[in-house]
Amino acid sequence: MKRFIGFIKKEFYHIFRDKRSLFILFGMPIAQIMLFGFAITNEINNVDIAILDKSKDATTLEIINKISSSKYFSVEQLINNESEIEPVFKKGKVKAVLIFEKDFSKKLVKENNATLQIITDATDPNTANTISNYTNSILQKYQQEINKNIKIPYQIIPKSRMVFNPELKSVFMFVPGVMTIILMLVSAMMTSISITREKELGTMEILLVSPLKPFQVIIGKVVPYIFLSIINAIVIVLLSIFVFKMPVQGSLFLLAFESILFIITSLSLGILISTLSSTQQTAMMISLMGLMLPTILLSGFIFPVSSMPIPLQIISNIIPAKWFIIILKGIMLKGVGISFIWKETSFLLLMTMIFIAISVKKYKIRLE
Amino acid sequence: MKQESIIQVENLTKKFNDFTAVNAISFNVKRGEIFGFLGANGAGKTTAMKMLIGISTPTSGNAQVAGYNVFKNPENIKKSIGYMSQKFALYDDLTVKENITFFGGIYGLSRKQIEVKRRLLVEELGLQDIANELVSSLPLGWKQKIAFSVALLHDPKIIFLDEPTGGVDPITRRQFWEMIYKTANNGTTVFVTTHYMDEAEYCDRVSIMVDGKIEALDTPKNLQKQFNSENMNDVFLKLARG
Amino acid sequence: MSISVQHISKSFKEVKAINNISFEVKEGELFGLIGPDGAGKTTIFRILTTLLFSDKGTANVAGFDVIDNYKDIRNHVGYMPGRFSLYQDLTVEENLEFFATIFGTTIKENYDLIKDIYIQIEPFKTRRAGKLSGGMKQKLALCCALIHKPKVLFLDEPTTGVDPVSRKEFWEILKRLQKKGITILVSTPYMDEAALCDRIALIQEGEILEIDTPKEITKHYPKAIYNVKANNMYKLINSLKKYEHHYSVYPFGEYVHYTDKRTNFSTDILKNYLVENQFSDIEIIKTTPSIEDTFMELAK
Repeated sequence: MKRFIGFIKKEFYHIFRDKRSLFILFGMPIAQIMLFGFAITNEINNVDIAILDKSKDATTLEIINKISSSKYFSVEQLINNESEIEPVFKKGKVKAVLIFEKDFSKKLVKENNATLQIITDATDPNTANTISNYTNSILQKYQQEINKNIKIPYQIIPKSRMVFNPELKSVFMFVPGVMTIILMLVSAMMTSISITREKELGTMEILLVSPLKPFQVIIGKVVPYIFLSIINAIVIVLLSIFVFKMPVQGSLFLLAFESILFIITSLSLGILISTLSSTQQTAMMISLMGLMLPTILLSGFIFPVSSMPIPLQIISNIIPAKWFIIILKGIMLKGVGISFIWKETSFLLLMTMIFIAISVKKYKIRLE
Repeated sequence: MKQESIIQVENLTKKFNDFTAVNAISFNVKRGEIFGFLGANGAGKTTAMKMLIGISTPTSGNAQVAGYNVFKNPENIKKSIGYMSQKFALYDDLTVKENITFFGGIYGLSRKQIEVKRRLLVEELGLQDIANELVSSLPLGWKQKIAFSVALLHDPKIIFLDEPTGGVDPITRRQFWEMIYKTANNGTTVFVTTHYMDEAEYCDRVSIMVDGKIEALDTPKNLQKQFNSENMNDVFLKLARG
Repeated sequence: MSISVQHISKSFKEVKAINNISFEVKEGELFGLIGPDGAGKTTIFRILTTLLFSDKGTANVAGFDVIDNYKDIRNHVGYMPGRFSLYQDLTVEENLEFFATIFGTTIKENYDLIKDIYIQIEPFKTRRAGKLSGGMKQKLALCCALIHKPKVLFLDEPTTGVDPVSRKEFWEILKRLQKKGITILVSTPYMDEAALCDRIALIQEGEILEIDTPKEITKHYPKAIYNVKANNMYKLINSLKKYEHHYSVYPFGEYVHYTDKRTNFSTDILKNYLVENQFSDIEIIKTTPSIEDTFMELAK
């Protein structure tokens, strides 16, 4: 046991004395999450729109007022007929044109419906969607105001709403995904170069000609990173809660437990890569290419798994990140307990054990 | 007979923060000389040599190598010298011929010149059977000999050898030194560092660095007299031990 | 027998690294494997420290078989591989502590064994190992290999690339260690160090040329060697090589070692030849063969 601890002590020395690994371990994740959170935003602010009001009555003016006073839109131009629509889009500043039909108020009262056309610049489909949604919600609010009992149906492009995220805050979608990716990447990359570094430097020879057993070496290399990754995870969660105002509906304790489990899974994967690679470069390449790309593409982080072709869906099952994202979203956004996510948790446990078992087996106790 | 100096060093110094690796050394090397540059590990030899071959800028002092100033014209120095070190000499994953062609190109030789040189080299060293083999498959001794010849492809005025015979078997070592003798005989100056003290005795003159300074510079014979020693090994031990 | 090697062979792909190697090392002996790079020394070391399998043959270290009882060997030997292989970013002290710990001991427990050596590097104990000079690195590596009081010490080229002063100091340390009863197997390309061993094995290209004490080995040299000197070393070598009766001509520092094919050779004949070829300051003196001479002769 003393040997084991002596070994772990050494690993900590290595980590803290290598500036680069410290940077990757602490600096990168924080930078990434800030970037992801702030930069990649599907929210809109001050989008320039133009309005073609064919009615120019009290109702339309009120609606236009509501729209222009919201922070999402900025009424750039009032146009007078259809022929002006195309040129205004072509200029490029205006992203949407709202067209109120003739006799808007009259139609509302008499026929119980009036049409508001929302023509959006679909060269940016995401923004276009969002514009529709925001307009939709403004209109709905207005409806509720003017007519509490009567539902006035109106024609508008229907859009699905995100449950548990009524304001469509993109951060809620991204944070679980980013947290998963960062934890996995950092853990796996760090441990993957750990064993290969010893092989490259030649210190592996001396480790082998000593009483240290293979599993002591492997676990010994994982343990320091567990501590450091936990600190990482805490920082990320704190950032999400206080800077991006993400809720944590479920139990913090469960969140901590699952995070630690996922960290260990990632670390084991890293060690596995390490036992299979002979140089640090190979290890890094495998981590980046073989882990990061599939994880980003197939875990459900950006693209929903259900819309992928079946073979890819099957492959996505062996990507640990996929299961952890489900767990994270469940705990943070839906507030579920272990009874809902036991299946995903067991998968992670199973994968961890498999990775470690293969690593111990593949660990070469001789030089060739 | 006056021999011109091809290397002139005056108070050359190199500092890294507070540490003075090379401390105001001064010496001259004559044209056609075999000059041994000795010293313990950490004495400053490698640092000094790096300045002379133009890959490290001195902190102070001055030096002229092959007529060029180390501060003002390091690029021209690099073009006029040959360099061979133990750590790197040839590309393991290229064949002998490919290496010759590659380095010939780097040194600015034309295709014709390279062809001529290559043929000469192969003949001189008897490389006919291995000319198309990867360098990695050759024994160390061959590698060193070929590397030496490659460093001379562009007929430089001076060749710098950094521990060229480390680990090589005794017979090949001597064959190597016979190549050095021949080169010097043709007028090329040879500047060599080595840990084999018997090789120090092959040199015309030898300098010994201790802690950044040159503590001795003379012919091996005179040094042996000066330090009352039987051979260069003894001289070295007496000097370095202080 | 502390180390016993029987008919070991090993190839890497198509290259035969070592071929039918056999030798024995007695307990408490300082045994040298002498040969240049590529001779197969490191391969032998790796087989004996259980890091590689041999293709053929058997080997025993401290009574344990290298294949069946490799764990016992790994627990009881000290090993210093070729390159410096300690942790560069750990300090001297931290390295030593690490190796003590993984062998289940402490620095204090066996301090007397490494004391003489450690004293020389103690002033630098808080310095990172990567920042030590070559000679000091070797001393540190030796301490780390000794800290668990091994019965057998394997040192693979411990003095390569190190200056003559540090080399001398290192061998003095080895001699003192030997007195404490540790069996030491050392490899080196430096022939002058061979003279310091109890017995040596000369190795070239995977084959053993000869095994004996240094003194006896030089007696194997079949001919008389003469130190020859003249006013121009280069021309002298060429001239001697052109001489029809020469057997071998090798530069050896300030002299050329010359041997003649004839048994009834006298130095005057040679002197005349050299005078005819316009040499001056001629010296021809008989000398005793060194290990290097013997090696070159056996390696031919």
